[in-house]
Parts: sequence; C-alpha cells; structure tokens
Amino acid sequence: MTTKRLLFIFQKNATEKPVMSYLVRDYNLEVNIYRAMITPAEEGYLVVDVTGSDEDIRRGMDYAKGLGVTVNDREKGLSWNEELCTGCGNCLSHCPTGALKIADPATRRITFEEQLCVECLNCIPNCPYGACSSIFRE
Amino acid sequence: MKTYEEINSRIESGKAVVLTADEIIAYVDKHGLDEAAEEVDVVTTATFGPMCSSGAFLNFGHSKPKMRITEAWIDDVLAYSGIAAVDLYLGATQLRHNDPANMYYPGEFRFGGGHVIEKLIAGKECQLFALSYGTDDYPLRELRTTFSIQDLNQAIMVNPRNCYQNYNVAVNCSDKPVYTYLGLLEPNMGNITYCSAGQLSPLLNDPFYETIGVGSAVWLAGARGIVYAEGTQHAPTCERNDLGIPTEGAGTLALSADMKQMSSAFVRGVSLKGYGVSLALGIAVPIPVLNKEILRRTTVRDKDITAPVINYGGDYQARNGKVLGHISYADLKNNSVRFMGKDIRVSSMSSYGKALEAAELLKDEIRRGDFHLSRPSAPLPKEQAMRGITMKEPAR
Ligand code: SF4
Ligand code: SF4
Repeated sequence: MTTKRLLFIFQKNATEKPVMSYLVRDYNLEVNIYRAMITPAEEGYLVVDVTGSDEDIRRGMDYAKGLGVTVNDREKGLSWNEELCTGCGNCLSHCPTGALKIADPATRRITFEEQLCVECLNCIPNCPYGACSSIFRE
Repeated sequence: MKTYEEINSRIESGKAVVLTADEIIAYVDKHGLDEAAEEVDVVTTATFGPMCSSGAFLNFGHSKPKMRITEAWIDDVLAYSGIAAVDLYLGATQLRHNDPANMYYPGEFRFGGGHVIEKLIAGKECQLFALSYGTDDYPLRELRTTFSIQDLNQAIMVNPRNCYQNYNVAVNCSDKPVYTYLGLLEPNMGNITYCSAGQLSPLLNDPFYETIGVGSAVWLAGARGIVYAEGTQHAPTCERNDLGIPTEGAGTLALSADMKQMSSAFVRGVSLKGYGVSLALGIAVPIPVLNKEILRRTTVRDKDITAPVINYGGDYQARNGKVLGHISYADLKNNSVRFMGKDIRVSSMSSYGKALEAAELLKDEIRRGDFHLSRPSAPLPKEQAMRGITMKEPAR
C-alpha cells in the first residue's frame, strides 16, 4: 500500500464529474481530501492523499487524466517564479521548512525545494516582489 | 597616484583594469596593495534594494486642444501636477486610488507608484487620467488615454535619497507582530532583517566621500546617471569604527538618470504587507583608484562592517535613540545569527545577487570603453548631522 499526495486541477467542463467517488469505487483507492477550492471561473483544485496499490493509483490517475483532469503527483499548489525572484532573502526567516533557501552563499541566489514545502503560504505575503503565489489563492 | 584623465584615457583605449568591490578583496590579498594600486583603475560597487525616496518626472507633450493638468493619475496612482502644464512627478510610495491601505490590517499594498515605474520601464502601456479647471489658453478639462514610455518626451528618474551608506537591522522585542518597511518582524525577536549590500555597497567602499561627490557618474538601473546632490538626510557626522566605516545610516546620494535607458531587471515595484509600496533599484557606482588609500578602503569586508540593531517593536517609533547592539554583515549573511543570547533567523530586503549583477554590468561597460568616470564638481558634505522635527503642539 502506498499513500500519494495528488493535486487534481479540474477545468470548467470536468468539475461536474464525481471523480473521487469513481476512484474509491472502481480503483480500490482510499481518498483523504486535504484541500479543495472552486474558483469564480468554475475551475477547481483538489489536493488528495490517495492510498492504494501502486498499480491502482496509476490506473486511477490515468482514468482522471482521461476525463481531462490534470493530475500532478509532484507539484505543490505553491509556485515560486524564478524570473520574479530578486534573491532579496526576505522570505527566508518566514519559511518554516527551509524550502526557500540560499542556493549559493557567494551570490545569495535563492532556490525553491518543492519537496520541503508544506504549503503554509507564509512566503506569499512576505515576498515583496510577488514571486511566490498559490493556485489556492485567486 | 592616478588622475581621472589617465583613468579615462585607459578606459577610452579599452585597457582599463576593472574589478568589482567583491573581487578586489581577494585581488589585493594576493597581489598586495602597492601592486594592485598600480594595476587596477576602477572598482565597481553596487546595491539593490527598496529605495523609497525615488520617483519620476514625466513630460507628456500637449494635447489638442491644450490642457494645463491640475490633477492626474497614472494607472490610478496619483501623480503630482503642481509643475508646468504637462509635467508630472510620480512618487514611488504613492498608493493606488482606493487602496484600502491598513483599513483591513495588515494591508496588502499590491500596487503603487513603484509598480507603475516598473511597468513603464518594461515598456508596458499605462493609463493617464487627468483633470483641469480650464483656462483661456488651456481649455481642455479632462483627458483619458494610454501611453508607454516611448510616447513621452522625457522620463527622468529623480531620486532625492538612494544608497544609504549603512542601515538599521530590525528586530521586534514586543509580543505582537510588527509590519515594517524591513518586512514582517515576528514577536519576541522571532526574526531579524537587514538591508544593505555590505562590502559591495557604494558608500561603504568610499566612507569619506573621496571619489563619490556631486556630479559623479553612476549606473542607475542600466542608465548612465549622476549624483545631483547629497541625498536627503545625508548625515556623515556619526559613529564610525576604526576603519572610518559608519556604524549607522550616515551618508546618502541623490541620483538622477534617463528612464528610457533603464533595464527592467533593476527597477522593481515593491509591496510590503502592512506597510506600503516602494521601488527597488539596482545602482552601481564606479570608484576610481586614484591612490592606495582609496583602493584600501574598497577592500572593506562584511566582517568589518557592523549595523545597529534597533527594536522596531517600540524604540524605533519612539525615536529614543536606543541601540540594542551591533551585528556585522558577515554574521547577518548566515541563516541565523546569535544575538542577546538567542539564535534568530535572518531575512534581508537587499539582494546581494542583483547587486553583484549590477557591479558586473558596470564593470563590463567600463572595460568596453562605454562608461567614463567623471570628477565630482563638488564634494559631499563631510560634517553634518540629521535633525528631527520639533513638534510645537502635543502629539495626537
Ligand atoms: S509555502 Fe511555506 S513551506 Fe512552502 S515555500 Fe512558502 S513559506 Fe516555505
Ligand atoms: S522574498 Fe521573494 S524575491 Fe525575495 S528571495 Fe524570497 S522569493 Fe525571492
């Protein structure tokens, strides 16, 4: 048994389908919804911990993708835009896990280590240059 | 000993030896001061960070029929129009009209004068809305149009105060979060923030203003600019360490340059939660190696520069002059610093990476012969303190 955190992004026409119920019924998966939102543009996001055999998880993901849902097992809702980042370092003392950190002490360039991010969203208001954002906000 | 003329003729012939203030440290360590003073012509210094006292003079040209603008907004940000008919001054910290500011505390301050300036330099279209009472010779009373920087006759950045020589380090000793221009300060000294390029910063490499003066050529966000005056609040009479490095704010520069020559990578709008908006600029200043002592002062290291730690949870507001202690930039550049018996995580408002980029770009321009130095027409004041305002009525 494996537990995977998956991010489902529903385009407007896909939001009506009960994808989660099918994952439970037809793919033997346990789902634990961790965060959910529907935007005013009627797009939706779901972050779900999915538990099941690797094979069932893979089949379930393929099924959802077949419905036009974007499924991501890597990306977090938090996105860090390298282009907008000035490397000022203001986020550093506000990021509890060190996901945003200095990549090179000589130039003080910043990197974002996605695996470490717990999506506390602290960095968003603490980035003066709008480099951090989350699909769960706006 | 070298003169400005000798250095400029070496720049002219493409032979000038130029190093950044970061590189010069190791270079002098290796070659010694005497040899380095012979070899090196120019040291480039730089900084990148929010510089609130900045803004832009914009000339729009005349409409048909003509208008003498008396109120104006660019992308809904108020611009000052108490100048001539179609000249405006847009300040970096002006909020957008209807921004709720701190009404829903802490406010987000997403857009203001600094962001408009960033958009202009990035070549984007902005909206002008202007009103007037109308006169016989300027009858038009309302105007709404879009424009980009190319449409303007002039777009000149004029910044009354940039490049603070040194700056406060902020902590919060109170038990509530404090939102400041140095970022969010967590209660009970939960974090600490600073804002300086340290050993790369222009006035820390020329602590007695021997080469940087009124009329010096500077690199302002990619454009060739000048120091047009001492910056506001220039206060060179202050505490200094054994090397003469100020251990508090001290000197400042007033800078100006043509915005049409600027690069958007070094002009960025700033949003500071709970505080307001501002503008971050990348600035590089060349220091001519006129003699050994000038060179020696450019080899200053982060460990030799300290900044005063101020409690923004009370002392700063009260202006009681209390300094909790001093920390060196070498220590501040770690993830956490030990202060008053506590390990405190560090944040910074100043980008050393961007400052290094600016210093490198100026270095390349000088090496290519595209940027010449200019001898100041007048020195910056060396003795002068900063006054506060006298309140003739009780505080409310
Ligand atoms: S969301 Fe939280 S953990 Fe993730 S990068 Fe931002 S501050 Fe760090
Ligand atoms: S606060 Fe924003 S701009 Fe500054 S280093 Fe962090 S992500 Fe980059």
